[in-house]
Amino acid sequence: MTENGVSPRAKVLTIDTMNPTVKKVEYAVRGPIVQRAVELERELSEGMKKPFAEVIKANIGDAHAMGQQPITFFRQVLALCSYPELLNDSTFPEDAKSRARRILQSCGGNSMGSYSASQGIDSVRQDVAGYIERRDGGVPCDPDDIYLTTGASDGIVTMLKLLVCGEDETRTGVMISIPQYPLYSAALAELGAVQINYYLNEEKCWSLDISELQRALDEARRHCNPRALCIINPGNPTGQVQSRECIEDVIRFAAKERLFLMADEVYQDNVYADGCHFHSFKKVLFEMGPEYSNTVELASFHSTSKCYMGECGFRGGYMEIINMDSEVKAQLTKLVSVRLCPPVPGQALMDLVVNPPQPGEPSYDNFIKERTATLNVLAEKAKLTEQVLNTVQGISCNPVQGAMYSFPCITIPEKAIKEATDNGQQPDMFYCMKMLEETGICLVPGSGFGQRDGTYHFRMTILPPTDKLKILLKKVKEFHQKFTEQYS
Amino acid sequence: MSVLQEINPNVRNLKHLEYVVLARRANQIKEELQQVLAACLDPTLVNSDKLPADARQRAQRLLGGCVGGSVGSYTATAGISEIVHRISEFITRRDGGVPSHPENIYISPGSQWALTNILKILVNSKSSSQTAVLTPLPSHSTTSLSITSLGAVAIPYNLSEEQGWALQMEELHRALEFAKGLYNPVALYVINPGNPSGHVQSRKSMQDVIRFVSEKRLFLLADEVYQDFVYGEHEFLSYKRVLAEMGPPLADTVELASFHSVSKGFMGEGGLRGGYVELVNVDPAVMKYIFKKFSMDACAPVLGQLALDLMLNPPQPGDPSYPLYNVETRNIKTAVANNVKRACEVVNSLPGFCCQPVQGGAFAFPRLYLPPKAIQKAKEMGMQPDTFYCLRLLEENGVFASPGCEYGQKEGTHHIRFCILTPEDTMEELLGRLTSFHTQFMKDFS
Repeated sequence: MTENGVSPRAKVLTIDTMNPTVKKVEYAVRGPIVQRAVELERELSEGMKKPFAEVIKANIGDAHAMGQQPITFFRQVLALCSYPELLNDSTFPEDAKSRARRILQSCGGNSMGSYSASQGIDSVRQDVAGYIERRDGGVPCDPDDIYLTTGASDGIVTMLKLLVCGEDETRTGVMISIPQYPLYSAALAELGAVQINYYLNEEKCWSLDISELQRALDEARRHCNPRALCIINPGNPTGQVQSRECIEDVIRFAAKERLFLMADEVYQDNVYADGCHFHSFKKVLFEMGPEYSNTVELASFHSTSKCYMGECGFRGGYMEIINMDSEVKAQLTKLVSVRLCPPVPGQALMDLVVNPPQPGEPSYDNFIKERTATLNVLAEKAKLTEQVLNTVQGISCNPVQGAMYSFPCITIPEKAIKEATDNGQQPDMFYCMKMLEETGICLVPGSGFGQRDGTYHFRMTILPPTDKLKILLKKVKEFHQKFTEQYS
Repeated sequence: MSVLQEINPNVRNLKHLEYVVLARRANQIKEELQQVLAACLDPTLVNSDKLPADARQRAQRLLGGCVGGSVGSYTATAGISEIVHRISEFITRRDGGVPSHPENIYISPGSQWALTNILKILVNSKSSSQTAVLTPLPSHSTTSLSITSLGAVAIPYNLSEEQGWALQMEELHRALEFAKGLYNPVALYVINPGNPSGHVQSRKSMQDVIRFVSEKRLFLLADEVYQDFVYGEHEFLSYKRVLAEMGPPLADTVELASFHSVSKGFMGEGGLRGGYVELVNVDPAVMKYIFKKFSMDACAPVLGQLALDLMLNPPQPGDPSYPLYNVETRNIKTAVANNVKRACEVVNSLPGFCCQPVQGGAFAFPRLYLPPKAIQKAKEMGMQPDTFYCLRLLEENGVFASPGCEYGQKEGTHHIRFCILTPEDTMEELLGRLTSFHTQFMKDFS
């Protein structure tokens, strides 16, 4: 009752009237554990006493946040694009200046502040096509098939939007790996699509078995209309790098079962393990000959957020669309226009990523040095993480073949499982929350990514600087031992 | 993408068609933004003397709010906390002291992105009847496209051309009754100042709208991206302010989302993608889900966030750069006011052309009275009459205007939309070319 005795009015927008599908959305990477971590940071800064001096956010794949340095050349060009007066400054190298001039010329009014075409700046799309051709050993790429996006996530969600339709038994089903990056499950929940889980094989280093794909598909066909298959390669959170044979098998499977392939390849430069190589789905598809390359529908995604660039804040990305029906493509083009255009600095950055300094150019040596150093350090940290975690009894970590994360399997004692369940919490969330409160280390529980029933994991980034990572791993080890003892 | 671009391949290559912002000339605030962003991108510039001290200081301060001191890091979902706070301070200043809370603000990659996110929450895809949103006619197609792409339906309410494109309450009532019969109307979308209409709502009109949404239980979506451009004796009042000043119970109950952006206004930095939404009186339980929705997008591009911060915190009296900023802003306002006057004068002097007063916004939207022969010719070519007019105008005189059919208009009427935020000499040139084209066109088809 309000003061004058009138019943308070019901709101127009309540959890009962709002879109029910949005209520099903969970996005663990920025979920409750992260919110608690932010609270703890605030408490620390206000002088509250904690068992730790700082909160370490090893939950999110944000390299710069953890101290990775940007590529000098990229930032120089972008600074020149931002304030063209600097083109008169002699301390900027000539190759940076010529790149900047070229980018500015392709921007309306010679400014990154102008809207671009919705599909992205033409010359950038051409450069992306050139990069893809070079990367894929000459397999042709049509710039018209390239859509620049606001991060890869934007492209992924847009494609899913296009794919999802139908009702009840005809509702679109989308196959995603378990474990997966939770943008996929969140987008599918929001679209009201059917999520079809195929389990990666933890015993075989998170490999993908076609028999498992078949099982999942056959089961799903009973209650929905499976139309798409999503694959993340290198994998997130698992880090596995698919072999060429595996990619061919997946393509054959998609062709046979008439599935639209979505290949999330944002970690394509993050390959560390010996014997592992990145093979793009596009390249493998075309090398399988016209029977496949003329028919299999494929969308491949890339981004400026990962690899050696780590420029998450720019929201730069692209997708390449292969063999899409031309009428559907027209609808896609219309759909992307709702966003007006992707951020132009992100487009400019993508242009540099696909068009980096060449041998002989003034910035080349330093560029190679920086890129190699960044990737080498990541490789070392991947190895270090695997090694240390495997020394902990009750933690078992597959080799981190690529990407930016470890996703170890953890044994949680029965008592802890019970306490968690009694509190309505997932056991690995319970574990991670305890770790956060006691050590300040923020990880994401495996339940946020999906895992086989009765197994528990956490995802930890390999991004903190090496000495900090060593301390982190030590603390994780100590916590796990203490936790196991406490609940034994 | 304009219809013209689909028809004429040459048009596709024309850059920067929609909008030539007056402020794109070097001016103080533009230059400061450029300098600050350059220093944020290449922090070695912070310590060099290539840039003025205040730009460097500002960059340093902004970098302090970025994780790891880099614009390449993700930010918090709603945006860099210091910037979100300053946005709420801007809103309070703008609205004569009406309080604004940072927790109710989300920075997004442009205002349309935030609008789509809020619409996503409003549109009930599982309901037995389709969700409907009332939208103005004429309006920019992006809005109705956002609505329909979410599986909802956009129900038009006609703006009254004879009353300077004012919003008429009887029309709102009619549109709502129509919608109720077939759909589940949940929201009313208004854009003030209007696009393409150029209308600026009076306080009374806004109060009527607020009472309407309250009585009819609709969520109010207020697109205010053109708020920096109002002309003559007109004043921009935000829906938030008008609502607050109506006092309880309305002030405490009407649910509102207001949208703003760096894409328009004096900065015109559409390419950076910086905008925000402020939510008013939204159920706290729903706010949790709004957070989740925005978190799926990670965050708005950092440079866009920085541009937003600079736009909403211009030099204040007492700042060293204030005098120059003040002079330049006044000059821009004078120039645009002059453009508005000239555009209306010229267009209204031409037979077959009639323009309502442009009270605000970025465009003039005059009505075309096309001769029957022209309409016939257009029909033969398989296009709308105003599209035909605009295509000819572009091909023959190099002036880009978009046809009224792209925005919706009363059956049998035709319009064109052109931008008035150009340098004054460009405006004169445009008007000169439009005059000669129009005169010839009307003669050719008489």
